[in-house]
Amino acid sequence: MSLLTGLGAGGAVTAAPTRRPPSRAYWWLLLPGLVYLALFFVVPVGALLGTSLYVPVPGGDVGQYQPAFAVGNYADALAQFWPQLVRSFVFAFLATVVTLVVGYPVAYAIAVRARGRPVLQGLLLVLVVAPFFTSFILRTIAWRQILADDGFVVASLQWLHLLPEGARLTATPFAVVCGLAYNFLPFMILPIYASLERLDPRLVEAGADLYASPMTTFRTVTFPLSLPGVVGGTLLVFIPASGDYVNSSLLGNNTNTAMIGQVVDARFFRLLDYPTAASLSVVLMLAILLLVAAYVRRAGTEELL
Amino acid sequence: MTTLTRPVATAAPHPPERPAARRRPRLRLGDALVPVFAALAFLYLLVPIAYTVAFSFNDGGKTNLVWRGFTLDAWRNPCGAPQVCQAFVNSLQVGVVSTLLATALGTLLAIALVRFTFRGRTLANLLIFLPMSTPEVVLGAALLAQFLTVRVPLGFWTVVAAHVMFCVSFVVVTVKARVAGLDPALEEAGADLYGSPWQVFWRVTFPLLLPGIAAAALLAFSLSFDDFIVTNFTSGSFDTFPKFVYVSATRGIPPQANVIGSFMFVLALVLVLAVQVVGAARARRRRAA
Repeated sequence: MSLLTGLGAGGAVTAAPTRRPPSRAYWWLLLPGLVYLALFFVVPVGALLGTSLYVPVPGGDVGQYQPAFAVGNYADALAQFWPQLVRSFVFAFLATVVTLVVGYPVAYAIAVRARGRPVLQGLLLVLVVAPFFTSFILRTIAWRQILADDGFVVASLQWLHLLPEGARLTATPFAVVCGLAYNFLPFMILPIYASLERLDPRLVEAGADLYASPMTTFRTVTFPLSLPGVVGGTLLVFIPASGDYVNSSLLGNNTNTAMIGQVVDARFFRLLDYPTAASLSVVLMLAILLLVAAYVRRAGTEELL
Repeated sequence: MTTLTRPVATAAPHPPERPAARRRPRLRLGDALVPVFAALAFLYLLVPIAYTVAFSFNDGGKTNLVWRGFTLDAWRNPCGAPQVCQAFVNSLQVGVVSTLLATALGTLLAIALVRFTFRGRTLANLLIFLPMSTPEVVLGAALLAQFLTVRVPLGFWTVVAAHVMFCVSFVVVTVKARVAGLDPALEEAGADLYGSPWQVFWRVTFPLLLPGIAAAALLAFSLSFDDFIVTNFTSGSFDTFPKFVYVSATRGIPPQANVIGSFMFVLALVLVLAVQVVGAARARRRRAA
């Protein structure tokens, strides 16, 4: 029970005449969660680092490795798979841009345009999160079938001469980027919505009162104030998109759309090449951490933590 | 008690009413563009769902690739395709167990992080932030490397362990916002009225945090239920619904999978709308009172 004494945040309980030493109650609140994360996040990442340095057992079967310190694994993995690594970041970046361009107006429409109409706002928010309620793999496969070569969309675009004869929509980098953008769009809309929702409309009115055009008001007032949402949204899209391989394997082809996640998956499960898979994972994790740190610093919102 | 509940309820962090917001500005070109653009974006979001639901009524046989006519066969017999129901039940079980564990761990962490300043707080925050900023494929690979090293057989519990891990951080973030909006004076009042810390927690803190905890639990469940990548790495031969769908994608997905997808969609939609309606009604009653 003593673990709950601190909940009053130094209120009457600790202010009572029998003043007790500062409560250590928080340990009991922190311990289970932190121990769990240590066991199932920190230790596994350590195991990943270890595995990335393994070497094959001499004369052993495929998939048998022994502990070693083969730093060369990293050089080999990068030399072979840098195109997939770079492509992952390029695709994730493009998908982030698409979600921002598509998602911002949606968030703006819900937060600002529908302000004061809670029923409409609620309904629109439900529509934004609706995709979460159907399996994202089912939806990605739905896209594959909607955009299929013999499908209605391709036939119409060809009939309108917007798509050359014989060209296709699936199995292209375009399809993969659109699929990524589609799957992560709600993660962009929701944080921006949350930022815009908190925006005081009087600030926008003040902008208009000072003879700023709507565009200027948006550029100098609304957008800067929604920046925390934009930063949060771009991170929530970019990070999972760069490691995703569902879109690239369902909507892509095997030549110019393969992403790093596909390689890791194939190395692990089909080729039992654990060291290469592990070293690629480590590289991906480090690259993302560096990018995120640089981005967050640049954006100046370090309160994300 | 009843006199106490009302101020408590209104003390929840609702943004203040802004009468100024109702004033409509003059009509401009941008006024029309934003809704049109938003409508197109909603179309983009919803078309695949409509497709999934429509093809649950397709008389398409096993592959379900082209529209061959309307039938209720798959809906009448949702377990008709082999393994699809087993995978669905597995997903539900994993989802429920992971949600309960992640919500409990995450709520405790959130309370501690908001209410206490202590040495190592930054480190704790970092430990919670890191799993969120690590792509799923890395989380999956790391857990698999770990499970292979200690030779744990893959199955239900390895999947649950993995899901709890990536859900905890999201629970912490969601509940933290609610704890931060909670006035400590309310708990102090509880203590002033001779409530034991235990009573204060269950009668004051917990009810006030409940909307945040419920939202976090819903988030955790949907993350767990829909997860594919981490599950694929940690499940061995244990099938979940997303994994079943992904694996059968190569030879065609049975319409029963669309039935289950559509059913979950409708169920979630009804639940969310019900919560919205109840919330709106309660807000109206509060305003009237």
